[in-house]
Amino acid sequence: MTAFTQRHLLGLEGVPAEDILHVLDTAKSFVEISERDIKKVPTLRGKTVINLFYEASTRTRTSFEIAAKRLSADTINISASTSSAQKGETLADTARNLEAMRPDAIVIRHPLSGAPRLLARAVSSPVINAGDGAHEHPTQALLDLFTIRERKGRIAGLVVAIVGDVLHSRVARSNLHGLIALGAEVRLVGPPTLVPEGFRNFSAEIFHDLGKGIAGADVIMMLRIQRERQGANFFPSLDEYSRLFGLDRAALAGAKPDVVILHPGPMNRGVEISSEVADGPYSLILEQVTNGVAVRMALLYLLAARGKGEAEERAAS
Amino acid sequence: VKKDSLVIEGGRLIDPDGGVDGAYDLLLEGGTVRAVEKPGALHSREAGRRIDARGCWVVPGLIDVHCHLREPGYEYKETVATGTAAAVAGGFTAVACMANTNPVNDSAAVTRFILERAAEARLARVYPIGALSQGLRGERLAEIGEMRVAGIVAVSDDGEPVADGALMRRALEYCAMFGLPVIDHAEDPGLVAGGAMHEGRTSLRLGLPGIPAAAEEAMVGRDLLLAELTGGRLHVAHASTRGTVEQLRAAKARGVRVTAEATPHHFTLTDEAVAEYDGNAKMNPPLRTAEDREALRQGLADGTIDVIATDHAPHHRDEKEVEFESAAFGIVGLETALPLSLRLVEDGVLSAADWVRKISMEPARMLRVGGGTLRVGAAADVAVVDPAREWRVDPAALRSKSKNSPFLGWTMKGRAVYTLVGGRVVHEEPGR
Repeated sequence: MTAFTQRHLLGLEGVPAEDILHVLDTAKSFVEISERDIKKVPTLRGKTVINLFYEASTRTRTSFEIAAKRLSADTINISASTSSAQKGETLADTARNLEAMRPDAIVIRHPLSGAPRLLARAVSSPVINAGDGAHEHPTQALLDLFTIRERKGRIAGLVVAIVGDVLHSRVARSNLHGLIALGAEVRLVGPPTLVPEGFRNFSAEIFHDLGKGIAGADVIMMLRIQRERQGANFFPSLDEYSRLFGLDRAALAGAKPDVVILHPGPMNRGVEISSEVADGPYSLILEQVTNGVAVRMALLYLLAARGKGEAEERAAS
Repeated sequence: VKKDSLVIEGGRLIDPDGGVDGAYDLLLEGGTVRAVEKPGALHSREAGRRIDARGCWVVPGLIDVHCHLREPGYEYKETVATGTAAAVAGGFTAVACMANTNPVNDSAAVTRFILERAAEARLARVYPIGALSQGLRGERLAEIGEMRVAGIVAVSDDGEPVADGALMRRALEYCAMFGLPVIDHAEDPGLVAGGAMHEGRTSLRLGLPGIPAAAEEAMVGRDLLLAELTGGRLHVAHASTRGTVEQLRAAKARGVRVTAEATPHHFTLTDEAVAEYDGNAKMNPPLRTAEDREALRQGLADGTIDVIATDHAPHHRDEKEVEFESAAFGIVGLETALPLSLRLVEDGVLSAADWVRKISMEPARMLRVGGGTLRVGAAADVAVVDPAREWRVDPAALRSKSKNSPFLGWTMKGRAVYTLVGGRVVHEEPGR
């Protein structure tokens, strides 16, 4: 295996295929730990991982916390929306304060695009983007890639349809970059208001018809549709959206028999995805969650375990 | 010998208004241009001071029709004193400042306050621009006539678009009585809708809400029609898109009374400058595409765009060193406009004389103020520019109180080595 070249994980854009595969291969070796009776290894003992969450998140935060704990790291969760941020402290100041506490990795979730980059400029520890605005959510994409590869045995050459609010989706952007880097064919499916023409610049095909978009696809990735988009006229109503782009059994009739379905969660059952599809045999939605822990363990290992001895040096000096 | 007499000799005098471009020496006295003579003709003339301008261009002082001096109300960003210090360091002898202060310059009292501050600073001339509407709220006309008496040279709600077409119509009609231009910050607020950068490939990539070119072009279209309807004087601020340039070109061809400006950042950079979420690449209108930039340069070359203006917009570091969407719009520009616009000369877009037209002569005409010329009898507002001098943009060396520039660290070519206002040296570059 070649060396992992990333210092932070701010996004998958520009990350070479070798590094992505490196994470996936490392994750593979961590899956087994979560299946043990005692789900803990000492890999990151004495390391500190800060989860800095400026936006509500159950799944991602829990997943990062479990990943860190299974590697024996100390984890601290900061819900910044209810702490200093309310008192007007800037992200840059928060970053400098955290830096002074010498963490070994900072995981950040933020409602505004680019915030992890701002953080990475201000701190010396590795920064992992756990989702920023409409920009990227690279760990979600890595776990999606991992899940697809586990099921299909490969990524290259697969046809992946990403369906829904691509414009506002960080999950879609990260998956787009990751899938293209690994040689998949990506289709973006949704109304033109949410899947603008400009995405053709990113080597993706665009479909405004769900049936055509998923025909022949190996993977369908559904995106969560947010109610507030209705108020901004991206579509007239959730009902109409659901009729045109909701994935139910009837819509699936034209898909490949071995198609698999992913959803990053949380799902709006009955809107973008019907319960029978979400809970059906093609669905990998819960596997995604399980794999999320292994992928995040891999990342923490690759980024935070670096500079071994650095902590001891500090303690000695 | 008059004590205040001053000779500038050995330079290339470029004064398109006076029809002069060549080796001439200049005698300034009593705050005005006293004589323009062939090289050496003033040699025996005694003078209080002599400036050696060999290797330099001697031009009428630069005039900026669009800047923000932030006083009153935002003195932590800039004051009239620091803003005019930046101006003269950049070769500007006069600046017109926008009304979005606190309180807003929508009354004669605020206009007079700004002028008092400028008189105390004794650096560049300051021409206040009055608010178009009371409080910039876009509802009722401000007392434009009262402000006119106090000294405003134009009206504008710059920073805020005039959303109500009827208000814009009345402003154009009403201001025609005073001969005042209405400066148009053209954007359709509904189309801007929380946008933070140009809507295009880069905004999609970065996941940032975009501002489509149409947000500007729709408003420019409306206001050109209103200028035509009313016969009022419209000035389009910071043109940034190809569609704006095309509409201006067509409107001018059919005789609409319109002038327009472009900023150095819009004709130098593209939206790709935002790639690293750099708050210093955030301004309104946003940096556009390479195609738009080319259209602006073409518009400057063919006369569609009359004026180069800075839109100097100082902001404190704390307003820029934040998440991109939270960052304030705007960048400082008074100290970098000269070298950035000289690139247009180097690139063959403008002749040296055209450059002087766009950054001095036409601004004076647009605002109907003095300056922009070095004819005998004109105000002795002069910039001595070394077009070959290279320097690095060092934030610590900028005179502006704020350092929010995407050009920090750039090597610039071209510098004002002397700036004179009313015959008085107000800026002198060391090492000359």
